[in-house]
Amino acid sequence: MDNEMVIRFKSVSQNEGFARVVVGAFAAQINPTLEELSDIKMAVSEAVTNSIIHGYGNAPGGVVEIRARLSGKDLYLEISDEGKGIADIAKAREPFYTSCPEMDRSGMGFTVMETFMDTMEVQSGLGQGTTVRMTKRVAAEQSLDAQC
Amino acid sequence: MQLLGTRQGGAMLVRLIGELDHHSAVKTREELDAYLRDESVKNLTLDLSSLTFMDSSGIGVIIGRYKLINGRGGTLTIQKPAPNVDKLLRMSGVYGIVRKVGS
Ligand SMILES: Nc1ncnc2c1ncn2[C@@H]1O[C@H](COP(=O)(O)OP(=O)(O)O)[C@@H](O)[C@H]1O
Ligand SMILES: [Mg+2]
Repeated sequence: MDNEMVIRFKSVSQNEGFARVVVGAFAAQINPTLEELSDIKMAVSEAVTNSIIHGYGNAPGGVVEIRARLSGKDLYLEISDEGKGIADIAKAREPFYTSCPEMDRSGMGFTVMETFMDTMEVQSGLGQGTTVRMTKRVAAEQSLDAQC
Repeated sequence: MQLLGTRQGGAMLVRLIGELDHHSAVKTREELDAYLRDESVKNLTLDLSSLTFMDSSGIGVIIGRYKLINGRGGTLTIQKPAPNVDKLLRMSGVYGIVRKVGS
């Protein structure tokens, strides 16, 4: 299976569920197990939520973009915003670190993405927006496409 | 997200129905705290059997309620999480402070 898609949507929290469903339906084309599918939805939810809350500070005027690609058994995901960016990426990735403890944030978002996906990298800088790239390979053999 | 609370003496059983993410976290937190406003409620059980999705925003809500309940000498229990929710609770260390009953 080789396929690609791009979606762009406003930075409103309703789109967290929307993004999970869209990427989940797209990734279903490489026949993930139920567990792999929920891992993927979890990672999407974390990255999109971060763009909305931290990138755009909960303001609805921003745009979040998701690019997804399927190749064989692999899913490649790129989730980006043009928000305020991250000054210290290593610190942001530490388990339990959050810049908003008063909002009941757990600081586990990046740890979840790292644990539930195979790879995760963060590209960011203050004032430069943030892009999170993740990959996941599903275990199952892909089903053969029908010939006609 | 829908919450259904049942009072049993000094304990409150709340069933969470739907998806707990950042979008639904505020409403979930407000409704849970409304159930806990009565200080005679010591123990809280969250029935997660009908929670179909939760991400780290839910961990924040659970840890926040744990602090509140623990502060009044009560206990927080989690009941019957689905496999995806259970996996997240396990990896984030929630079971170190919160008891789980049922699988
Ligand atoms: N897209 C983003 N834009 C700006 N800052 C971000 C972004 N994503 C993450 N961060 C920063 O990294 C921190 C850690 O993120 P995370 O692990 O998801 O925890 P949480 O969302 O609970 O704070 C955030 O508190 C925030 O300061
Ligand atoms: Mg986060």
